[in-house]
Amino acid sequence: MSTTQILFWFLSILAVLSAVGVVASRNPIYSVLWLIVVFFSISGQYVLMNAQFLAIVNVIVYAGAIMVLFTFVIMLMNLNEHPEIPKNVYLKAAGIIAGMCLLVVLVAALAKSSNMHESLRVGTNVGLIKYLGRTLFNDYVVPFEISSVLFLSAMIGAVVIGRKEKETVA
Amino acid sequence: MEIQGYVILSITLFCIGVVGALTRRNAIIIFMCIELMLNSVNLLLVAFSKMHMMGANASAASAIDAQIFVFFIMIVAAAGVSVGLAISVMLYRNTRSVDVNFLNRLKN
Repeated sequence: MSTTQILFWFLSILAVLSAVGVVASRNPIYSVLWLIVVFFSISGQYVLMNAQFLAIVNVIVYAGAIMVLFTFVIMLMNLNEHPEIPKNVYLKAAGIIAGMCLLVVLVAALAKSSNMHESLRVGTNVGLIKYLGRTLFNDYVVPFEISSVLFLSAMIGAVVIGRKEKETVA
Repeated sequence: MEIQGYVILSITLFCIGVVGALTRRNAIIIFMCIELMLNSVNLLLVAFSKMHMMGANASAASAIDAQIFVFFIMIVAAAGVSVGLAISVMLYRNTRSVDVNFLNRLKN
């Protein structure tokens, strides 16, 4: 087993176990912490695939910004006053069975594919920020600028939705 | 590394996200499961971009395009999360809970 394979298996098992932790833990704060572990292990996979730019963006955007947002919202809400009422056992079992069926169907559909044993070509430097930046600012300038407008509208929308009711009346 | 491992890892993460979205009632945890699903799809896209880097009828440009696409998925997810969390704060302010079953009053 090469070092790459050992790292791949370590990161995969870490990601799957912490994803189960996200779903299974009772306290939402623990879910957030497990989700941060998932994001870091996915970033590790990106590094392993030689996609450094996406690895860094994943850490900054997901593990840094989005998870801080989740943590703040959960801390603002003080959910421990009203603990989550668990769902009906039958509904829970139905959800788990449905998810496992999806897993089985997807794996069975893809397992016999002829491309499944093709190996990744990680040696090339496509994932480096130099090449991605060149493409982003040459071919994708318009989508990039539109995404800044999207962010502005999302920000305005969040402020408008999050405002107190009284201020909108007055 | 073969592509097989990445495909199965992404499918597993996606299905764990689906199970979480189906079985939990806390709106914030459902959001987190959706983020998990988005990330598994991103992982698969990057793996495919690395696989098709220099295939028979693909060039390095298509591999770069795939990674730019992942970048835009991250952007849209971040914008969506900010609005979604604002909605769940609003929900909490009105019902003192983030249980999604309270939302079924929209039915009538």
